[in-house]
Amino acid sequence: MEIDPFVFRLSIFILSIFVGYYVVWSVTPSLHTPLMSVTNAISSVIIVGAIIAALAGNNENVFNEASVFGFLAIILAAVNIFGGFLVTQRMLAMYKKKKK
Amino acid sequence: MISINLLALFYLISGVLFILALRGLSSPETSRQGNFFGILGMSIAVIVTFLSIGNFSTSFIYVIVFLLIGGSIGAFIAFKIPMTAMPELVAGFHSLVGLAAVFVAISAFLNPEAFNLGFTGNIKLASLIEMSIGAAVGAITFSGSIIAFLKLRGIMSGAPITFPGQHILNLLILISIIFLTYFLCSTQNSNLFWSLIVISFLVGILLIIPIGGADMPVVISMLNSYSGWAAAGIGFTLENTALIITGALVGSSGAILSYIMCKGMNRSFFSVILGGFGGADQISKSDNKEQKPVKSGNSDDAAFLMKNASSVIIVPGYGMAVAQAQHALREMVDTLKKNGIKVSYAIHPVAGRMPGHMNVLLAEANVPYDEVFELEEINNDFANCDVAYVIGANDVTNPVAKTDPQSPIYGMPILDVEKAKSVLFVKRSLSPGYAGVDNDLFYRENTLMLFADAKKMTEDIIKSF
Repeated sequence: MEIDPFVFRLSIFILSIFVGYYVVWSVTPSLHTPLMSVTNAISSVIIVGAIIAALAGNNENVFNEASVFGFLAIILAAVNIFGGFLVTQRMLAMYKKKKK
Repeated sequence: MISINLLALFYLISGVLFILALRGLSSPETSRQGNFFGILGMSIAVIVTFLSIGNFSTSFIYVIVFLLIGGSIGAFIAFKIPMTAMPELVAGFHSLVGLAAVFVAISAFLNPEAFNLGFTGNIKLASLIEMSIGAAVGAITFSGSIIAFLKLRGIMSGAPITFPGQHILNLLILISIIFLTYFLCSTQNSNLFWSLIVISFLVGILLIIPIGGADMPVVISMLNSYSGWAAAGIGFTLENTALIITGALVGSSGAILSYIMCKGMNRSFFSVILGGFGGADQISKSDNKEQKPVKSGNSDDAAFLMKNASSVIIVPGYGMAVAQAQHALREMVDTLKKNGIKVSYAIHPVAGRMPGHMNVLLAEANVPYDEVFELEEINNDFANCDVAYVIGANDVTNPVAKTDPQSPIYGMPILDVEKAKSVLFVKRSLSPGYAGVDNDLFYRENTLMLFADAKKMTEDIIKSF
């Protein structure tokens, strides 16, 4: 008997929840807004699914009914990735220490 | 083409880099490096996905074009957006993640072969369940975030919208979603799939409309969490480790933030979600209010008090964001410091409309982050401080939360502003705050009310100095 790959994925999922739990508790409250914008950006890694969906069409018919949704998802996720990381960058650049 | 095992390893690396990106946020010094790790992780995930498909033909060019279109829109928004608009920007971004999850789920449903999930009309059961969860949660995230966005932007009133039978309706809809998923799995009927998505959109709307404006920190955090769970659901469907790891990270991050925000208001998560707080029914209480004496003053009085102080604590709130007073405030603090006065800032966890909102605005105004303190760090200092300058905060300073068990805000942790020798309270009128509770602080012996716009008053104080 082999273990179902789903069980492996579930293990990764559960362990990641715990990693997330401990990592996020150590985030300083003053950076909670950048935390939200960066989590936003990284959750747009969903773009990998969008890319697979978009490239599933064949060459004669780039836009079939399934790949169109992939292309739309690429746009949405790309807005988020670029927007999320850049706005985080912009915010973090503003946090400065007292001039001694 | 790269092998499927190598691909999985690269996705794992992306996942680890995303963990490091969050880890970096434990202090401002390491945060910029953390963000770089995040970007690196994302680039790796995207590039290896291209390599794994190896289809560098016409479609590939279109993918690049669409990516660049989205990317430039995102970059444009990121550079143009004013810092005060950050809560609605984040809500807007959440809605995009949600909708992207819905689209990917739809695409996988229509063309399951592309994802190795079986065939149209005969999709693997586990994949179909995961797909439905991803699509439903994504749709809820999308429509919920749109409502949150409209409320934060002020396009829609921040007042809670409630109607009789609301909770029962929501419950029925949730049950119907479970049934739909069940029938979808047994029949593979695409109409059921579409209904599932439409109903989930509806749930998102119904879920957020009863929640009032000042509960938005919880709502945004909650939607943040949902966007993570949606991504994880899609990750399971696509059997993609990077998505599963990221979804779990984001999901738990949003959940923790919701918890912190609820604790900051001493309210249970469910009471926030059920909504209706701060609605019209609470305001009726104000009719038994007798005319209590209030001391009010002008900018000269305020400047005089501050000149004679040796330490001042600033308490900013949402009103500061509305009045865009953060720059004027920093100038005022510069003036105080020039006069040898010690100044620090006290931030309540739920000040503003999203977690960390005040900190970003102060950072924007060049306030060094080591002068800004959280509630627990600074609360004992109020007793030793000469002047507390409350600008745009209200409920979070109300001593009633400690003394009156009848009050709706009883038990909420508050900043002990009333312990300062004198309190300067900038506010436009004596109207109660969001919770509909009269602030006891207005009538204290040591409080001087400064009736004016936050920005105007702060500028006047600088002039009077």
